[in-house]
Amino acid sequence: MSHTFDEISQQLKRRHRKSSRLKWVSMGALGLAGLFLVLFFADMLSKGLPAFQQAYINTEIRYSEEASRDGRQAFDEDLIPLISRTVVRVIPLQLRDNPELIGTSEQRWMLANSAVDQYLKGHRNRLSEQEKAEIDERVAAGQVDLRFNKTFFGSGDSKIAENAGILSAVVGTVMTMIVTLLIAFPIGVMTAIYLEEFAPDNRFTQAIEININNLAAIPSILFGLLGLAIFINFFGVPRSSPLAGGMTLALMTLPVIIISTRTALRSVPDSIRHAAFGVGCSRWQVVRDHVLPLAMPGIMTGSIIGLAQAMGETAPLIIVGMVAFIPDVGASFTNAATVMPAQIFTWSGEPEQAFVEKTAGGILVLLTILISLNAFAVVLRKKFERRW
Amino acid sequence: MQTNQLLLLFCTVLLLLGLVAYFVGRAKASRVRASGAAMFAQPDQYAWFAVLSTAGPAVLVGAVGSLLLLLLGADIPPLYLLAASLVVAAAGLAVGITQVKPEFHARQAIERVIRWILAGAALISIFTTFGILFSIISEALRFFQMHSFWEFITGTNWNPGASFLASAGRGDGSGAEFGSVPLFAGTFMITAIAMLVAVPVGLLSAIYMSEYAPTRVRTIAKPVLEVLAGIPTVVYGFFAAITVAPIIVNIAGFFGLDASYNNAVAPGVVMGIMIIPFISSLSDDVINSVPDSMRQGSLALGMTKGETIRDVVIPAALPGIISASLLGMSRALGETMIVVMAAGMRPNLTANPLEDMTTVTVRIVAALTGDQEFESAETLSAFALGLVLFAVTLTLNLVSVLMIRRFREKYRVNNL
Repeated sequence: MSHTFDEISQQLKRRHRKSSRLKWVSMGALGLAGLFLVLFFADMLSKGLPAFQQAYINTEIRYSEEASRDGRQAFDEDLIPLISRTVVRVIPLQLRDNPELIGTSEQRWMLANSAVDQYLKGHRNRLSEQEKAEIDERVAAGQVDLRFNKTFFGSGDSKIAENAGILSAVVGTVMTMIVTLLIAFPIGVMTAIYLEEFAPDNRFTQAIEININNLAAIPSILFGLLGLAIFINFFGVPRSSPLAGGMTLALMTLPVIIISTRTALRSVPDSIRHAAFGVGCSRWQVVRDHVLPLAMPGIMTGSIIGLAQAMGETAPLIIVGMVAFIPDVGASFTNAATVMPAQIFTWSGEPEQAFVEKTAGGILVLLTILISLNAFAVVLRKKFERRW
Repeated sequence: MQTNQLLLLFCTVLLLLGLVAYFVGRAKASRVRASGAAMFAQPDQYAWFAVLSTAGPAVLVGAVGSLLLLLLGADIPPLYLLAASLVVAAAGLAVGITQVKPEFHARQAIERVIRWILAGAALISIFTTFGILFSIISEALRFFQMHSFWEFITGTNWNPGASFLASAGRGDGSGAEFGSVPLFAGTFMITAIAMLVAVPVGLLSAIYMSEYAPTRVRTIAKPVLEVLAGIPTVVYGFFAAITVAPIIVNIAGFFGLDASYNNAVAPGVVMGIMIIPFISSLSDDVINSVPDSMRQGSLALGMTKGETIRDVVIPAALPGIISASLLGMSRALGETMIVVMAAGMRPNLTANPLEDMTTVTVRIVAALTGDQEFESAETLSAFALGLVLFAVTLTLNLVSVLMIRRFREKYRVNNL
């Protein structure tokens, strides 16, 4: 069975076409993943950016005797359905503290309620046609405007959409991360030093190694079950507290820190150790004075990445109760607190349209922090990277 | 006194004693050295030895005492415990100071202690694993005392509602059913959808990055893909519920199909996207580790590049690729936030991915965030589900480790 040259070259052409098809398909797959990333960020930005602006109404507040009993009396009647309930609620309190204000009046930008806010942003809202006309009129007069949303960054959670902010969750996150870092960093680095520099290669160390790799791959929700059963039910750590959440996350972050620290220690060349041993250093002195300082940038990079991972984790924290409703900024490590991902989760469960925007806004804040942390880790690695 | 006040007192006194130990030990060692004696160690090392001999035994006594209190419910007043450990600290201080003499090897003594401390830290990972196992198994056993294990494994009805009524004082809880089959069916359905997205895209991306892409594209594409892995799952959950689910409903509607807003496709697809970097990153490493001699041999025989990749490189890298997929699968099974936010709450035994269905992790969260008392069967059922989840993911992880080890041995690469 013989083929002519033409047939063979036809066959070759087919094979090469097939070959280049694989190239394009695989390129397409990578492009698809990239495309998804672009779509994802575009979607989050378009949903979340409006949360950084909020509708305000410029109006006169009349501090009268009636207003100290009923806050609504301080405003024009047709404004009352448009301004935020929180503003109305604050006025009698304000007058109780400063009675000398009674009888005066003042022109101020007041927080509008979320319906006005959503109307101005062109979203679904529950305003009547008459109210819409009223707002349009005031917008034309420059009395209603979208301004930077101080409340979102300056206050805690609230059931009133326009008054809900992310501050208490940010503080809770910081406290939880402090606990996580204080526990996971020393233990992680010590474990890595032991395994890399001290431990003999026996069954015990192998068991520890297998264990660490295993812990890194266990679903995070199981760490939540551990935190609930051991820390909260057994040791009596207060539920919902940064202490309970931080300890749970610390156990989760531990494997990440151990693995990256070991890599960093391993990359320090043996010649350094030999030289230090040669001048009579003991093993601990070699590690403390020579190996550790050289491995430190690598250890820091790994720890920052581990911390960023822990910061985005939600499931174990929900199990230990960190989805509590926390309107005030937390005061101590044993008080109930919430964290940013948990706050995002709570808001995403609110039915109101205004909370969708809050959720996406919170996501933007969280992603900004996480991406900056990761970028910082990369910069740190680039800056201190050394080829031996 | 409160426990935390006691703890604070303990730490303060210990810190003060430690400072005393350091300065007295150092002063004494300097004095001895100034007298012209040849010493085995530096004054600092003697001082640190004194600190360790003060704090070490005291902390040990305190820790053992508190464990006895907690574990065995031993009848020791906490105040006595505090006093005992502080007495031990004082005794340790005295011993530490008297040990400051020229013939004592302070450095070696310190090193021994440090070694033990480091080994102790390494043990914590083991404790964590045992802690997880112990806590889950003990609570799961309590659940299986109330409901039969067989019913849990094979039952097709998950209806814990009746146990809620029982704990509220209505009914006797006999109507509660804990058959986990629909939960596992939902979990595997969503995992299967995720793998259908993640494996082809991840593997093809890895092939492109390791075989075709110029170095510049590779150095950019890899970290960009890792961004996908760094996005918190709660964000993916929101994305799946708010953006992807309505799109799926619209597409299904276009084809005349009826889809639920809590359909299984949305969380599945988004979860698959989350898993892409796990699969592409590990597959990329494995494909890169396939020896070049195999490619050269194949090309020398006149194979095209595509044929070389398909018939030589991929089969050689197969154990690593399987390992990566298993790891991704174990992640999908245990993933919580995406399904909590985007999948349904209703246990639903169906083969139609456009219907809503629930997963194991969703039920765990639901059972532990309700207002149930901890002893109720519904709360404890979370631990039974967790136990099965632990067993399944552990098996997948172990098989994955074995596969990658096989690849490593076959091609003698040691960076995997």
